[in-house]
Amino acid sequence: MRERSFVPSRILIYLAVTLFAAAYLAPLVVVVLNSLRTNEEIAQSSMIGWPQHWAWANYALAWSGFCVAETCTGIRPYMLNSALVTIPATIFSTLLGAVAGYAVSLWRFRGDNWIYGIVTLGLFLPQQMRLLPWTIVLRDIGLINTLSGLVLIHTIQGLSFTVLFCRNYYVAIPYELIRAARIDGAGFFRIFWRIILPLSAPILIVTVIWQFTHIWNEFLYGVTFTTGQQQPVTAALIALSAAVADIPQHGVQSAAVIIAALPTLLIYLFGGRYFVRGLTAGAVK
Amino acid sequence: MSNAAAVATGRPATTEMVRRLPEYLMIWVPLLLSAAHLISFSIWTIWISFTPSTLVPVTGWVGLRNYNAVLASRNWQIAFDNLLLFGIAFVLLSLVTGLLLAILLDQRIRGENVLRTIFLYPLAVSFVVTGTVWSWLLNPGIGIEKLVHDLGWTNFHFDWLVNRDMAIWTIVIAAIWQSSGFAMALFLAGLRSVDTDIVRAAQIDGAGPFRTYTRVILPTLWPITITVVVVQLQFAISAFDLVRALTNGGPGIATQLPALVVYDLMFQRSQLGRGAAAAVLMLLILLAVLLPYAAWRYVRRRQAAHA
Repeated sequence: MRERSFVPSRILIYLAVTLFAAAYLAPLVVVVLNSLRTNEEIAQSSMIGWPQHWAWANYALAWSGFCVAETCTGIRPYMLNSALVTIPATIFSTLLGAVAGYAVSLWRFRGDNWIYGIVTLGLFLPQQMRLLPWTIVLRDIGLINTLSGLVLIHTIQGLSFTVLFCRNYYVAIPYELIRAARIDGAGFFRIFWRIILPLSAPILIVTVIWQFTHIWNEFLYGVTFTTGQQQPVTAALIALSAAVADIPQHGVQSAAVIIAALPTLLIYLFGGRYFVRGLTAGAVK
Repeated sequence: MSNAAAVATGRPATTEMVRRLPEYLMIWVPLLLSAAHLISFSIWTIWISFTPSTLVPVTGWVGLRNYNAVLASRNWQIAFDNLLLFGIAFVLLSLVTGLLLAILLDQRIRGENVLRTIFLYPLAVSFVVTGTVWSWLLNPGIGIEKLVHDLGWTNFHFDWLVNRDMAIWTIVIAAIWQSSGFAMALFLAGLRSVDTDIVRAAQIDGAGPFRTYTRVILPTLWPITITVVVVQLQFAISAFDLVRALTNGGPGIATQLPALVVYDLMFQRSQLGRGAAAAVLMLLILLAVLLPYAAWRYVRRRQAAHA
């Protein structure tokens, strides 16, 4: 009796979630299908359609063939740029953040709360407030229009997030553990290496995923501080759509978009749980 | 502690300092760099906003002239109006969408994990990609309008992307698609942490499922709602990539937003002083949201401490 009265509302619920899921997936499906249609086919109909001939060549062209502003290298060099910025900056900011997070939560020193408070203000300060000073600093130290410059920026700015994530995780570690080790004569680094680091796997995964996703997807600094062949892939995508505005190549462009989005999408698919934890940790500061 | 160790081993304080130098460097250098860049860069930008700098930063004092120039410009006025509309529409609609999704997922349905993955994946994608893809879908010549025309409904119109009055709504659509999953994730966590005793008590009192939801469960979500609103507003105020990829501020300057004005002044018109002033104005708008939020959190924390 009771079960039966619930059936219509259950159907409605499933109908609603299916519709929502379709709406969220639609843009991805459209782009994936487009990446396999020829430019002519898309031009004759619309962006939304089923491939008539599977145009796998789009991916080869997108990867290493088409031209952005007179250089015909595909997005391969820009993907490489993004990787060369994202991977070192993620590693540096995560490691430094873990050590600093441990220092302010468990080692403790004079002024730790103050400096921690200031560092976390970086979560809120808009990038626009730092654009001009970074421009001047990068120019003065000779790192303007270099990948190292972007690594430096993302490492320093990333610290606000990585210190916060690690500190909030480490405060839950019982202080007695540290005190005992200190009495046994263990120093700052030995405690970090032997006690803190082995306990840190979950938070380091969260931090690495968060940093990688954010740095890979970052656009404003990439487009401001680098030009031409030095640009990360987000900036190259914008340059590409501007470059082909007259003769659109939507099939190849779709393939380029898929390639550019793939690293963070894969990380999300395999580390989704940690990705979501980062999101909520970042929100409930 | 360190003093005790020094005394115990009989080492003078200076050698102790030298021995622990790597430790001090490791603790202080990253933290100081981070803190110093935040403070000095903020002051630096504020200072530039009061100078007559154009192509390069120069010294000098022009008072509020840059601010007056920015505030009087049509570019900024349109950007500010757009921000109000975009901020309010985006935040409200993504709250509603996120809450609805969370409530649906909370009905003990099959495939919850798959669905949650689907609703959250746009967050892993860059705004540049989101903007590019939606600029295709919403382009009347090649996107949804063209599709519907090809299917035979030639009277169908969906040209918001190139329509001055409606273009800002395309940014709302893309932004909701990208980040309503965030609201859903927080709301779902909130729904799952509701005290089951309260729910049971309401049911014993004779409340049906609908009344239990509206009267008992949803009211517990309001602190999460405020957090979601603040985080989403923070995104709306500094939105740049998405607009750049989707409309680039156009048609004309119909979808101009403050972050685009800042970039335009600093790097396209070489008006560094005015660009810095616009950046400081952005910061002030942000503070108008964040300071009340910080006060609210402070009061709540104190209440929790007293309770």
